[in-house]
Amino acid sequence: MAESDNIVVETAEKIFADLADPQTINNDKKDSWQAPLWHALSEAGLPLSWVPDDLGGSGASLADGFALLNAAGRFAVAVPLAETMLAGWLLAQAGISSPEGEMTVLPASPKDRITLDADGALSGRARGVPFAKAAKHFAVLAHGKDGVSIALVDASKGRIESGLNVGYDHSDTVTLDKVQPVTVKPAKGFDQTTLMLMGGVARSLQIAGALEAMLDISVRYSNERVAFEKKISKFQAVQHNLARLAGESAAALAAATSAADAIANAKSFDDEVYLEAASAKIRCAEAAEKGGAIAHQVHGAIGFTSEHILHRFSLRALAWRDDFGSESHWAVELGKLVANRGADELWPLVASR
Amino acid sequence: MTAALRFDPIRLPEKCEQLRKEVRAFLAEEIAAGTFDPHKPNREDTDAPEFSRRVGAKGWLGMTWPKKYGGQERSFLERYVVTEEMRVANAPTRRFFVADRQSGPVLIKYAPEHIKMDILPRICRGEICFAIGMSEPNSGSDLFAAKTRATKTDGGYLINGTKIWTSSAHIADYMIAIFRTSQPTKENRRHGLTQFLVKMKQPGIQVNPIGQITGQYEFNEVVFTDFFVPDDHVLGEVDGAWKQATSELAYERSGPERFLETYYVLTELVRAVGPNPDTRSAEGIGRLVAQLHTMRRMSVSVAGMLQAGKEPVVEASIVKDIGTVWEQQLPHRVRDLAAFVEETATNRETLERQLDFAIKTAPKLTIQGGTTEVLRGIIARGLGLR
Repeated sequence: MAESDNIVVETAEKIFADLADPQTINNDKKDSWQAPLWHALSEAGLPLSWVPDDLGGSGASLADGFALLNAAGRFAVAVPLAETMLAGWLLAQAGISSPEGEMTVLPASPKDRITLDADGALSGRARGVPFAKAAKHFAVLAHGKDGVSIALVDASKGRIESGLNVGYDHSDTVTLDKVQPVTVKPAKGFDQTTLMLMGGVARSLQIAGALEAMLDISVRYSNERVAFEKKISKFQAVQHNLARLAGESAAALAAATSAADAIANAKSFDDEVYLEAASAKIRCAEAAEKGGAIAHQVHGAIGFTSEHILHRFSLRALAWRDDFGSESHWAVELGKLVANRGADELWPLVASR
Repeated sequence: MTAALRFDPIRLPEKCEQLRKEVRAFLAEEIAAGTFDPHKPNREDTDAPEFSRRVGAKGWLGMTWPKKYGGQERSFLERYVVTEEMRVANAPTRRFFVADRQSGPVLIKYAPEHIKMDILPRICRGEICFAIGMSEPNSGSDLFAAKTRATKTDGGYLINGTKIWTSSAHIADYMIAIFRTSQPTKENRRHGLTQFLVKMKQPGIQVNPIGQITGQYEFNEVVFTDFFVPDDHVLGEVDGAWKQATSELAYERSGPERFLETYYVLTELVRAVGPNPDTRSAEGIGRLVAQLHTMRRMSVSVAGMLQAGKEPVVEASIVKDIGTVWEQQLPHRVRDLAAFVEETATNRETLERQLDFAIKTAPKLTIQGGTTEVLRGIIARGLGLR
């Protein structure tokens, strides 16, 4: 497991341990843990980690923010921390200050498109927007006749059709119909693909974190549960399943942290960064499926109950696959990129990382 | 958290890229000169002594070893670059690969100085080939069941017994083997095996070829009959080979050779589908590339840990488990995706010929150098399950 070796992650882990203990919040049917958790995270400046000081944030590095998202995945945190971080980051790309409170980003799928008209109004529909219902503001990437702009929008101006993803977190459809933003600024050189790659890497880190937690609780459970007069961890079939879960967890962690490192040190989102970020989303999504299935298999029926914490990790990891482009989307796009560069350029691309 | 798996995003240092260019230029020259054909992994004779010497002359063998033994004192990450470029080009590395990866480091750690001074420079010059004598007819994954005896005699040991599945024994100048010097004890069934350096091509050693399903000839049965090994060829502690084996496995298990063995079919598939693939081909290729990239990043991460003096045994086992399963499945996935490639694709014949060979190669990949089952046992131990 990645040990916390930076102050941002240490702070976050302490807050998560105090206020987002998976068993405690799983028992809380009224979700009364959410407000104190969000308050503590906000007090610590974590939701605006990626916003520079002069734009109202705490100015943490990209690398620290990515490590924070990995930690959030280890606790399967169900508040819009990642979403607010991404929104703040997006706004900062156009030099827009971040307001206080929960935010999310529009669009959250590479297929959706928001347009900016000549009057400065925003229109369009964005599906699968995480935590739109909880957000006070939206950070919006919009296409106008002069290219891409980034806007801050009052969430109450959008029409929200509420929905839940596989992990029971809000995943809503937001429709903007000639909405006047609070602020809108052009974002030269920025595009929707960059936002999707960034969001995809955030989700990859969360999935990797959730898999680390699933490995941990599965190993622990197998060392406690007795069947056929011995601990199930002593059965070779169970050991080999857990070894495969460790492999999937390791692959997800390696892919996600590598992509995060690539973005944190990138001058631009070139083919190399594209390979890293798309690969992370693809591989982490595959790991969520394979690894989650093993974690459930090890737990047997108890892991299928709503009382048990396993589903907090397994279902969220599956749900996160869908945000900012599914693995199928990125696989097609990466495959096209590779084919377009040509067979003899594949190895040089892989070896460049 | 119970497990402490780390795969930090290690990057190859800048100087590796200059080296990579040199290796690519060298390989391009060799290909142009007809030394080998990168599109033909299925050649029958994989031994290339002259090529081996030229690689040695470049300073790319034993490159991490001390200069006094002919090495270059370069990093594991630089060696990594040489290894992966050779593998991707399908270069004929058989003659030197084992010596460079495994045997040399064992000698450096356990051989007496005069033997190191004699043998290591010759490995670095690409002159000699090593084999590894582990498996026996009744001892494969269960290494500690080995029965081939080394009986103490004046000035050395007499060896009697049989090693099997010994790659390159027919061309090898030396073998590093484990032989039984004592019976196992009740407390420790791993006790009683000793590691030896064996000079091949001598009376008392008979090498019998074993046919393989690929049609290639790589491995052998090696029969020892009253074969004499002098005392100074004992490597490490008598009866204590089990203490020496484990930490070196990380080197053997995490390298690029553990996921690139069938890589060539992926390149050829990309060539066959052309620059504008249909959605099915694009998705298939995209997934395979994402998986490949991830494994390589894991493998480089382990190389970085080795360079830093760590012993990432569990992480290395994970790389080999995932890597070998992937390279085993790769030809079948490529075959699926190639099913609708246009009949007119210019490289169709090359791709089909390569698939034919890769599909035959695939079964061995999860067996050689530690089976999937053994690896998962090691990982499970690392997780605290055993």
